Amino acid sequence: MSWFSKVRNAIPFIAKRETEDNLWHKCKNCQEMVFLKEFEENQSICPMCDHHGRIGATVRFVQMLDEGSWEVLEAPEVQSDPLKFKDSKKYADRMKTAMADNDYPDALTNASGTIQDHPVVMGVQEFGFMGGSMGLAVGAAFVNGVNHAIDKKCPYIIFTAAGGARMQEGILSLMQMPKATVAINQMRAAGLPYIVVLTDPTTGGVTASYAMLGDIQIAEPGALIGFAGQRVIQDTIREKLPEGFQRAEYLLDHGMIDMVVHRKDLRDKLASVIDYTMSGIKAA
Amino acid sequence: MTSYLEFEKPIAELDERISELQETADNGELDIAADLKRLQKKSERLLKSTYKSLTPWQKTQVARHPQRPHFQNYITHIFEEFEPLAGDRAFGDDQAIMGGFAKIDGRRVMVIGHEKGNTTESRIKHNFGMGKPEGYRKAIRLMELADRFHLPVVTLVDTSGAFPGIEAEERGQAEAIARSTQTCLSLHVPMVACIVGEGGSGGAVALASAERVLMYEHAVYSVISPEGCASILWRTADKASEAATAMKVTAADLKKLGVIDEIVPEPVGGAHRDHEQACVALKTAILKHLDELSGLSDSELLQARHQKFLSLGEL
Ligand SMILES: [Zn+2]
Repeated sequence: MSWFSKVRNAIPFIAKRETEDNLWHKCKNCQEMVFLKEFEENQSICPMCDHHGRIGATVRFVQMLDEGSWEVLEAPEVQSDPLKFKDSKKYADRMKTAMADNDYPDALTNASGTIQDHPVVMGVQEFGFMGGSMGLAVGAAFVNGVNHAIDKKCPYIIFTAAGGARMQEGILSLMQMPKATVAINQMRAAGLPYIVVLTDPTTGGVTASYAMLGDIQIAEPGALIGFAGQRVIQDTIREKLPEGFQRAEYLLDHGMIDMVVHRKDLRDKLASVIDYTMSGIKAA
Repeated sequence: MTSYLEFEKPIAELDERISELQETADNGELDIAADLKRLQKKSERLLKSTYKSLTPWQKTQVARHPQRPHFQNYITHIFEEFEPLAGDRAFGDDQAIMGGFAKIDGRRVMVIGHEKGNTTESRIKHNFGMGKPEGYRKAIRLMELADRFHLPVVTLVDTSGAFPGIEAEERGQAEAIARSTQTCLSLHVPMVACIVGEGGSGGAVALASAERVLMYEHAVYSVISPEGCASILWRTADKASEAATAMKVTAADLKKLGVIDEIVPEPVGGAHRDHEQACVALKTAILKHLDELSGLSDSELLQARHQKFLSLGEL
């Protein structure tokens, strides 16, 4: 099935019927009600408190890539439900629901395009798709994104968002950590930059692999970024967690990332980073 | 004295009767040698049949058995020499991850592994085998050292997971694990990883991204603990047994999925019943794989390792 054609025409939010509920957006941070239209025109940033809302792949491509420059890369095919997993629900059924609720067939989607005329391949992880979780499809999409970037001799930029590995794929989800890392090593061998933009939330096995291996590490303001979940940590140490723990600014303070960048400045910042890292590399 | 697991209750009861009889026999009261022998045979048979068909959840308990061999025991039984090396050169020396130069059957290697500890005191010292960033950074340093000086790397993986705590997050637990995995995948020397007890998630992958992964018969390797998986997907940790089955955590499952290369047999009743015998089998397997890899060039090794992980789970 081609997801590409479906997606090209689709900006999901304008398709919905404009009911009362759809007209308003309640900010998760300050609880203020703002017009959804105003919120979306503001790049899904709360106009009252500057809280950066979670956004999906299509909106991210529209915001970051030059208009008319990009196309979505078709998702590589992978084994579906390799373990025939069933908990209180069948994994296959959970997948059906997730696919019906989302624009793309799994939680990581790549597009090829330009940012201020710099060619890039960009991957966006969709938290709305089973918590952005990393399984075979995410691993394969990551490798595919990297391969396209190597072919195009351009950077691979990934926007991460995930609760971690997809438990329903068992050990195979865990094996996506080394798999993605092999791809990063290949980027390195090709002399091309790998740029990570950490968005809210990025935790677990995703953080402990490709989300922390960027040549340049950028985070959106306020994004939750960590290895262990806060509840697990609290259960282990039985202490109150410090203010701002595992937020983007906390990681910046502790030397774990290069910069925290406001969504409105992100395009300019990415263009600048690309300009520096690609200056010594001949175009394909 | 072996401490019995919950599911070994029938064996424990038999063994108790045997030792009672033994006492009576020692007192010379009755001639019960034949009875004793019969019971001992029965106990052996029961142990054998129990361990032949352990459920994934039972295997998890065997893998976590406090008397299972740990890093120091492997060092004693498998390596004729060990030269420990310490520290990450940045923050400290994490006792949950140990390593150093070692000799195995005359061959010089770098050995790195988790240490859970064998006594209450040593468990605390080794933080129950839960590594912190400085532990993974020590592992990175030792792997890089091995790479530069052409020493094969052997890892012994046994952790419930990397330590979840404030200071670990503060010092970049995720980055340390990611970088350790990347270092495994960048080595130009042979690497053999052994899942000897619990292969707990990212904290295990960081030391197990090798071209050859061996696993003990009753070890487990999984993306999350069965209890963790159950409490998220079933909303109760009581379903850990179901979760262990569904996630496919055993050596036989992982061999079928192509995640591991060889299953190392354990003595009847598990490695904790006979450290020495367990170690002989592991040593033989490690040597066999080191031998096979010794003929490959730097780039062939790297290529084999990359190909293994790229093709895992492919259609
Ligand atoms: Zn707000």
